[in-house]
Amino acid sequence: MAMSTEHSKIIVENLKYKYLATDFLALDGISFSVEQGEFIGIIGKNESGKSTLCQAIAGLVPNFHKGAYGGRILIDGLEVKNVELSELCKKVGIVFQNPFNQVTGSKLTVYEEIAFGLENTGIEKQEMIRRIDDAMELLDIAKYKDRNPFDLSGGQMQRMAIASIIAMQPEVIVLDEPTSQLDPQGREEVYQAVQKLSKKGITIFMVEHNMEKIASYSDRVLLLDGGRLIDFDTPQRIFSREDLDTYGVEVPAFTRICKELNLKNPGTGCYPVTLEEAYDLLSKEKREM
Amino acid sequence: MEQKNILEIKDLHFSYNKGDEILKGLNFSLDDRTTAIIGQNGAGKTTFVKLLKGLLRPTCGSILFEGKDISTMTVAQLARHIGMVFQNPNDQIFKNRVLDEVMYGPLKIGMSETVAKEKSMAALELVGLSGFEDKNPYDLGLSSRKLVAIASIIAMDTKVIIFDEPTIAQDFYGKERIKSVIRKLRSEGVTVITIIHDMDFVADVFERVIVFAKGGVLLDGSAKDVFADEAILKEAYLEQPNVTKLCQNLGYEEVFLNTDEFVTYWRKKTG
Repeated sequence: MAMSTEHSKIIVENLKYKYLATDFLALDGISFSVEQGEFIGIIGKNESGKSTLCQAIAGLVPNFHKGAYGGRILIDGLEVKNVELSELCKKVGIVFQNPFNQVTGSKLTVYEEIAFGLENTGIEKQEMIRRIDDAMELLDIAKYKDRNPFDLSGGQMQRMAIASIIAMQPEVIVLDEPTSQLDPQGREEVYQAVQKLSKKGITIFMVEHNMEKIASYSDRVLLLDGGRLIDFDTPQRIFSREDLDTYGVEVPAFTRICKELNLKNPGTGCYPVTLEEAYDLLSKEKREM
Repeated sequence: MEQKNILEIKDLHFSYNKGDEILKGLNFSLDDRTTAIIGQNGAGKTTFVKLLKGLLRPTCGSILFEGKDISTMTVAQLARHIGMVFQNPNDQIFKNRVLDEVMYGPLKIGMSETVAKEKSMAALELVGLSGFEDKNPYDLGLSSRKLVAIASIIAMDTKVIIFDEPTIAQDFYGKERIKSVIRKLRSEGVTVITIIHDMDFVADVFERVIVFAKGGVLLDGSAKDVFADEAILKEAYLEQPNVTKLCQNLGYEEVFLNTDEFVTYWRKKTG
């Protein structure tokens, strides 16, 4: 490992993992490091290892999902595999792909559901109430606080699942396609809420198939394929790669247009990846037409 | 061209709890055109689809399928006419062999073994899974499993197929395959309806778009007309497709639904 990464928030070294009863590596020699407060997008086709990597960062692989494990993940120098999940959950929280799998089933209201994690950490009641209220407000679900978690729609349940992790105030939050069931504006609101957390110094890992969102919110993007790390770079450089087809990754619509028209951003030497960037470039071209 | 109405929705009302109306009097018809119903979470989209399937019954008003009130039909009878592909294939699939899974529906609605098998093989071919008949659906990746779920509905040979959030958890390849399946179904005369949050996908595949908001229809028209209206979409907590947004910002009067349309236009302009 390079010396500069010694003090990184998260260091992943040659991580390998194979699920029980399978004969291939779901993660195959992954190494990277991430600084505190970075917003990291994780992309790749289905079965490329995105969800498994999420579970590994949160320690569920290999402590909950057993299997063959090699290499290591360090968060603030602590080796994730060796930390008790009860300790680790204060450092890193994970929002599952399917909120249904995350709901405890033991609580009768949304409010109690969000309190569940905190109840198990021995935090003072006043502090709990404050954190739960803040999380509900951030995700705009205070109006459902007395509902049964299973009476919520898919989108509402996703918001509750995110709120219950945010209330724990972990230093690292891993989100596995957390907004798939939200309407477009709801999705944008959640992204903005998560970005706020990242600006406050919380490190974010986000799995997402919507490349426009990845491009506009990520500081850097991890591109996975077949359990291997193909690239780890800025969205501009990732989406300017010419071989993304091979990895089953769609580029943002804005990038696709500029690639077709062969318009690169002269400043970065890359294709634009966000609406704003594409607008600047295209409007200049349009004026000259 | 005159469109033949397959489904007619007449003054449709529904509430789960008294005094809290989810659908407040819907009136429209559905025809051959691929139709996407879009709207904010809680706008009533899922409720509406459950009413089409007969899983819920209207508190007031009616739904006619080919002129016949569906309140006279049982859920089982309706299943011969209106099929629905679940959002998550894992909620739909339960057999351990692909062909058994696909044949289950056709057999249940009374097709003979021979016909059910014929329809199932054709459905698997249409979704591109010929040769997968003996596989276990759970050994397949998520996008292929989704296609198994789609094939099992196609094999039932229904007039209408509803897709509930077809693009969720699908990667680029998966979405492209689903697009081509929907186009094929359209060409074979199946009425395809979807409820969906993925605006770029809608813009690319669906001819007609209906915007639900607060239990009513806010807007109903061709994809181009609906996606041109930024203000109304905002009111419904939606947004324009990415390409449409970019081109509107650039000051174009024309409405572009996908990158190809815009790139072609631009090239023509620049010669």
